[in-house]
Parts: sequence; C-alpha cells; structure tokens
Amino acid sequence: MKKKSMKGWLYLLPAMLFLGAFMVYPLIDVLVYSFEEGYNSASQTYFGVGLYNYSYVLRDPYFLQAVKNTFLLVIITVPLSTLIALLISLGLTAIKPLRNLYQTVYFLPYVTNTLAVGLVFMILFKKTAYTDGLINLMLQWFGGSSIDFIDGPYWAKMFVLCFYTIWVVMPFKILILTSALASVNPEYYSAAKMDGTRSFRVFYKITLPMISPMIFYLVITGFIGAFKAYSDAIALFGTDLNAAGMNTIVGYVYDMLYGNSGGYPSFASAAALILFAIVLTITCINLMISKKNVHY
Amino acid sequence: MKVVLQNLTKRFPDRNKKGGDVIAVNDFNFEIPDGKLIGLLGPSGCGKSTTLNLISGLEAPTSGKILFGEDDVTRLPPENRGVGLVFQNYALYPHLTVLENILFPLQNLKGADKLTKPQMLEKAKAAAKLVQIDGLLDRKPSEMSGGQQQRVAIARALVKMPRVLLLDEPLSNLDARLRLQTREEIRRIQQETGITTIFVTHDQDEAMSISDMIVVMKAGVVQQIGAPQDVYDKPVNLFVATFLGTPPINVFDGQVKNEKLFVGNQAVLPVPGVKDQQVVVGIRPEGFILDEQGPLEVSLRRVEVMGRDTSVVSTHPASRNAQVRSIIPARNRVDRNAPTVRFSLMPDKVHVFEAEGENKALWASPLDQ
Repeated sequence: MKKKSMKGWLYLLPAMLFLGAFMVYPLIDVLVYSFEEGYNSASQTYFGVGLYNYSYVLRDPYFLQAVKNTFLLVIITVPLSTLIALLISLGLTAIKPLRNLYQTVYFLPYVTNTLAVGLVFMILFKKTAYTDGLINLMLQWFGGSSIDFIDGPYWAKMFVLCFYTIWVVMPFKILILTSALASVNPEYYSAAKMDGTRSFRVFYKITLPMISPMIFYLVITGFIGAFKAYSDAIALFGTDLNAAGMNTIVGYVYDMLYGNSGGYPSFASAAALILFAIVLTITCINLMISKKNVHY
Repeated sequence: MKVVLQNLTKRFPDRNKKGGDVIAVNDFNFEIPDGKLIGLLGPSGCGKSTTLNLISGLEAPTSGKILFGEDDVTRLPPENRGVGLVFQNYALYPHLTVLENILFPLQNLKGADKLTKPQMLEKAKAAAKLVQIDGLLDRKPSEMSGGQQQRVAIARALVKMPRVLLLDEPLSNLDARLRLQTREEIRRIQQETGITTIFVTHDQDEAMSISDMIVVMKAGVVQQIGAPQDVYDKPVNLFVATFLGTPPINVFDGQVKNEKLFVGNQAVLPVPGVKDQQVVVGIRPEGFILDEQGPLEVSLRRVEVMGRDTSVVSTHPASRNAQVRSIIPARNRVDRNAPTVRFSLMPDKVHVFEAEGENKALWASPLDQ
C-alpha cells in the first residue's frame, strides 16, 4: 500500500515541480512582498512588515481610477457581449445557406492580433489634424458633432474601450454558443412542435435551459477575463494609461513594477492581491448563482 | 378515430443532387379502423418512421391526403391534429421534472382551450396514473430507468387526450425483459383509453404480439396489411414471408412441372393449377414432419435440443440459405449420426412464389381455408 502511494507521488512529481516553481512559489512571494514595507528589489531590504502597502494602494487616485475603469468595463462588456453573441449564434443556427461562410466571418476577429484590431479602431475613432476619423465623419452625416474618442471625454474613451473589448471577445463566445446550440437534441424541438409551442416559449423553456451551462461558463470566464483586461487599453490609448485616465487594475500593477514611475514591487503585489480578492469573490458569487439556475 | 391515408407520398431531395429524389413513402393507401392498435413494420430505412411523421404533422407530404375520421388534416399543424407522439428516445426535457414534462403540452394550449392550473394538474396526474408513474412526479428524467422514462413519454403524449397516439420504436431502448413487460403495458393503455394507436417497429415479434393489424413496408411501399396471423399464414410475396417469423422461413429454388412442386429434383407437393415454371419455395421451420418415406431429403448437420421442441439443422443443394432449419416436436427423436434425414411437408406451411420480379405468391394450400 505504502509503495503504491509512493509511485503515485512519483508520477505527479514533474507536474508538482513545475506548478510549485511557477505558480505556488510566486503566489507566496507576492503575498510576502505585499506585506513588506518599503521593499527595495536592488538591495533586497525593507523597513518593516504591515498593511501600509494596501493602505497606500487603496488611497492612490490612479488605483481608484483603475478600479473604476475595470468595474465599468466588466459590468458593461460581459453581459452585453454574451447577449449579442447569443443573438448572433441563434441567427447562425437558424440560417441554412452560407452558414459556414458566416461562421468563418464571425470567427475571424479571434485569429486576428488584438494590437492590429486596436490599430484599426484607432483609425476608425481617432481625430487627427488631417481627418476626424470614419466614425466622426458618419456622426457628422447624421448631423452630430465630432467627438474625440481617443483623447476626448471620459465616456467617449470608455465607449471605445467597451466596444473594442466586446468586439474582441465575441468570436469565442459565438463559437461556444453555436456549438452548444447545435448539440441540443433536435427531438426536443420536434416534441415542442408536436404541442404547438410558440417559438419564444421554445427558446425560453427549452433552448435556454439546455445551453445554460455554457452560458454560465462564458459569464464566469468573461468576468475573469475582463477583470484582467490590460492589452486592450494599451492597444487603444498607448502605454501611458494613467495620463489617459484609462488604466486598468492589471495595468496599474504593471506600471508599479516597470512603468515610468515604477519600481515598487510591494505596491504592485498589494494591488495584485486586491484584484485576486475581487475576482475570487465575484467568481464565488457567480458559481453560487449558477448552482441555483443551471440545470443538470 | 379512424385514420385514412390516401395516396400518401413523401419525396426527399437527394443530397448529392444527382440521382433525383429519394421516395421515402410511395403511394400509401390505408384505412386504420377506430380504436385499434396498428403495428407499422419493416426493415430500417423502409419509410415507416416517415409515415409516422407524416401522420403526426412533423413532415408535410409531397402529395396525398391524411384524414382523421372525416376531417382532412393534411395541411394542419401538429398541435391542431389531436395527435400524441412518443419519440424513440422519449425526448423528455431533462431540466424539467416528470410533472413539468407532462404539464408542458397543456401549458401550450391557447385561446378557448386554455386550462386553469388546477385543471392542468388534475389532467397531468390522471395521465401519470394511467401509466402508473404517479409516485415519481418530482423526479428528473435522468433519475429514472428507461422503462419509467418511456411511461412518462407516453403520459406526456396522452395528457391532451389525442385522437391518435403514435409511438416511434417504443421498445427499442429497453432490455429484453422490460420489452415484454412494456409491450403488454402499451396494449393495456391502448385498450383502457380506446385511442387509435399506431406504432413503428422493425421487430416482427413486437408487432405481431400486440397489434390488431400489421402493415409490412419495404422501400416506401406497403407490401401487405392484415391481422398478424393472416399475414404470417398468407404472405403476398417472398419479402413478407422472409420478414415475418423467427426462425425465418427456409427458402429454396424450385420448379413446377405438371402441377407438381419440385425442390431441387425432389417432387414434394402437388400444386394444382400452377403453370410449369421456375419458382421460389418458402417452407416455414414448423412445416417439416419427420417421415422416413418423406419426399424431401436433406443432409443432416446437427440437432439442437431446446426442450420444448427440437431444431434440426441441415443443408440442401437447392436451399438459398446456408442452412435449412426445421423445428419438430421434441418427442420425435432424430438419429444424430444419420447422414441424411427425410421430411414430408405440411402443405399450409409451404409457400410458392414467382422466381422473377416481385416474387409474388403463386399458390397457397387450400387446406388452411
């Protein structure tokens, strides 16, 4: 018996070594850094141990701005992108001709580099000395006045960031939802047809419960992904996100480590742990809700 | 409710777009009497499920008419026809409980048919009671056995008290013992409710054992319609003869000369009134009589004892099958070491078919009239 369990541990050893070196150790290290006050990475010294790093980060206006941005991004993009992806998937499942073509088209953004997409968005939205950008031109056609989406008011910048994020995360969600819809046994629809079930009721009573596990999977991973957003903001607003007022929590962590005003691993660690706590809480809430509402 | 099918035809466009359409159901004419249990029987792909879907309204016929009593329902959507359909895999909604599944059809009723909640509950409970699952109403389908799921599916199909109940391969997902039990159950439910019931099966045992009438189909065309015993005793062609009966009928090449039937070169029976020609002879396994003076001689291979009766496995040069199987009463002992065995034949168990074309029946013994 003893020998057997030894063998088991031996098989697990390679994975444990890797996970230990690259996951568990850094996690503990971050935790330790976040409590070491005035840690200097060059001299490897610190003044004391305490909660100062947390209180600094929580009072830093840049961090508060980043938290606000991140939360707005999450609350707007996760439900909206899931809903739009569901509508598009339903449409894709309903059509017969050219379905494969449409599926490919909708999946294209997924294989496109996010920075390239960001560049295209810049061209569409940015206002320069030479042109107002395509979106502003269109606004003007409809009698609106042009807005600087990249360097202008906060809501305009937030709009572009959300638009961009939804655009980038959509293909994956459409992929998952179309395959979920395709996996619903057509006999259920035949059975519903036998009873003359109206199409909204079919959707609400049959389709939605049947794909609910996939929807919750998308919501949970969507929340986590949006909380970790960073590259999207960089692609649109450049590397100095604090100046643009469009920083995210992960962006703040990066700036604290390597940014122009960086070199504070302790502050970065504290911010990272706060993010971790937020994501953990939200995910737990999500799981609790899903246990109540997701069937089988 | 009487169900009448007139010239019912269903074509599906060919997938390869080369060979034209596939005709799943070809010119189906049939009148199903009120309150009977009908078995639609045929090999896979013969169009029996399509026929069921046409009656249910899930598919629209290419041409032809469907009448329930005097009402033409051909163009009506399923919910206005008054049909209940039990799917092969039951199609119970997995996220709903048994009660919710049975309630589902009632909740769809609109307009004047709309029911109040207590009325719905009463009807659902009555349907559950009919199929004896009234103790399991709070379960999810995944928490039930195949037989119980089947009952729920029947209850869901019956809850609106349809004029016609349709069952698609109702027993195919059950194990052998449950199958016997469930087919009795279907018979009981049908007789209690008096609803005209049509069920599809590829298993001839199933169809013959509980049906008032069977319809044998092949490649979209109805071969024969009749009471199970009549179809078994008087198959109209070779296909029906080989499809019905376990073990299957033995098929031989033969010929008719001077009103005598020859199997190989052995004259076995007089067949008055049949012209001289090449024929196909079918002999039911139970049609052999052990007889030392018998006209049919076969080479003995082995003897299988089943207790109730004995199965003699042999070969014959004119046989179309690798083996000839004959079943004889257990009291007739066969010498296992004998090289050959001789049989005489029961005339009513011998069927003579055309050697060409549709293998139509040429002769049936007048004795069984």
